Amino acid sequence: MATLIGKTFSQATRSFLKASNWSRLASSLVIAEHNGSDVVPLTYNSIGAAKQLGGDVTVLVAGKDCSNVSKQLAQAEGVSKLLVAQNDIFDGFLAETLTPLILETQKQFNFTHILAGAGAFGKNLIPRLAAKLDVAPISDIIGINGEREFVRTIYAGNAIQTVTSSDPVSLITVRGTAFPPSGPTGGSANIEDAPSVAVSYDLSKFEGQELSISERPELTAAKAVISGGRGMKNGENFELLYNLADKLGAAVGASRAAVDAGYVPNDMQVGQTGKIVAPELYIAVGISGAIQHLAGMKDSKVIVAINKDPDAPIFQVADFGLVEDLFKAVPELTEKL
Amino acid sequence: MASLRALVGCKRVIDYAVKIRVKPDNMGVVTEGIKHSMNPFDEIALEEAVRMKEKKIVSEIVAVSCGPPECQETLRTALAMGADRAIHVEIKGEEYQGLQPLAVSKMLAKLIQNEKVDIAFFGKQAIDDDSNQTGQMVASLLDWPQATFASKIETEGSDTLKVMREIDGGLEHIKVKLPAVVTADLRLNEPRYATLPNIMKAKKKPFSKMSSEELGVDIKPRLQVKSVVDPPVREAGSTVENVDELITKLKDVGVV
Repeated sequence: MATLIGKTFSQATRSFLKASNWSRLASSLVIAEHNGSDVVPLTYNSIGAAKQLGGDVTVLVAGKDCSNVSKQLAQAEGVSKLLVAQNDIFDGFLAETLTPLILETQKQFNFTHILAGAGAFGKNLIPRLAAKLDVAPISDIIGINGEREFVRTIYAGNAIQTVTSSDPVSLITVRGTAFPPSGPTGGSANIEDAPSVAVSYDLSKFEGQELSISERPELTAAKAVISGGRGMKNGENFELLYNLADKLGAAVGASRAAVDAGYVPNDMQVGQTGKIVAPELYIAVGISGAIQHLAGMKDSKVIVAINKDPDAPIFQVADFGLVEDLFKAVPELTEKL
Repeated sequence: MASLRALVGCKRVIDYAVKIRVKPDNMGVVTEGIKHSMNPFDEIALEEAVRMKEKKIVSEIVAVSCGPPECQETLRTALAMGADRAIHVEIKGEEYQGLQPLAVSKMLAKLIQNEKVDIAFFGKQAIDDDSNQTGQMVASLLDWPQATFASKIETEGSDTLKVMREIDGGLEHIKVKLPAVVTADLRLNEPRYATLPNIMKAKKKPFSKMSSEELGVDIKPRLQVKSVVDPPVREAGSTVENVDELITKLKDVGVV
């Protein structure tokens, strides 16, 4: 193996291998997430994480319709190969149908890492795949220290855990906000058909989606996020936040309290069990700042809190705190910006 | 359909309201003398099973917990909330420190087979390790369909569940054939409190104990924890007097 490396790889690669003491070069498979027409942005963060592992990055795109998405992903920076599996059976991206496909792909290519974004799609899929391969999956990583060493948060982000894996392949979900996305262009991947598998599965069935339609940027990818909590009092008052959001080109989020009270839909929830965001600017309006909410936003660059209770815990993490009635402060802020 | 047998996974975790502390040796968090409770998502999973029993869809509910002797309290709570019997897979000391979702999933899958369960309920994630893996892995090991992050469950005919799932952009509807695994999201239901009479009655409900060896599962950890540290502390911020000052400060740091 040593002579093979000596002959094949450049001096730089060899010293890199020596420096990091990694046993072999990684080869990663990223499972693309898409909606049939566009790539979900989180996929580019997963490719970004795969690039940090070194070695070749292969992307698998599976679905009922992959044509447009394949075109997009073939151009993604850093992707060397794109495997495409277009089949009606993948409608709805059920973990039950994708798992045999990925197992077959793994059998053929023997990747050292299999990654997906830590959204609902990846969280649903990766553990199912891991159990089939008999490996311990690693959820929601925020850092890569080596080929088998990963960093993640536990206890709602109140502790940071570093783990090393003794499994031959690492199955990982990637926290999008922790890894810079790979560029959407600049690459030219070879496109190949994914290994074919005879999947006929009728134990689960995709029946459809009800997606929240929003003109505003997607919550996890937005540069600015404005979130409302119980202090908003009702759903209509969120209009105040939408007005401010439009002024800033921001996305609108919410605390669990606001979602549970029925002010806004659940996919707007920021927190330990909702979305994790890390924008340039996070404005928390009428949010007390429970541990579970902080878990979803405390890595934001600048945090602003607007709350009339000066003792609200949110002020402990806010860079700028304004103790004032939100119904006065938010319209004023919108007007003056 | 009144003959479905349900199993509910109940994890004992540090109470959600406790502010955790990292151990001085940076190998874990302080758990001694700290208030523990049932993982909030498991309470929701259990509540759903109990409601299905009240609708005569489910005939028996088995609550299971894997961990130290203190898990018995968690299981007593489950029995008081409406589970019919409990199984404690006792895992102590160092083995418990290294217990990971893959090993737990293997034990649960074994129990599900032994107990001839038709529907397995789990919380979507435990609030301590935040893994969000166990339900999916149990489904995988059994080759059962999985309905994760469920926010509404209905039955259709005698062998199908219609499940509404919480996904990134909104909601999704799927159907799964039984036997199946369901993981509960926050908005599935509002769990009930155990009443005093039910807590008393729970003491008389069947309770069995077993070991990982009896289940024939190797629980050796696959992931080695290298360190557990505090997250970086944010520098203290400042309070601004009014909206104008806020705007000035935001402009100074260049975010607006």
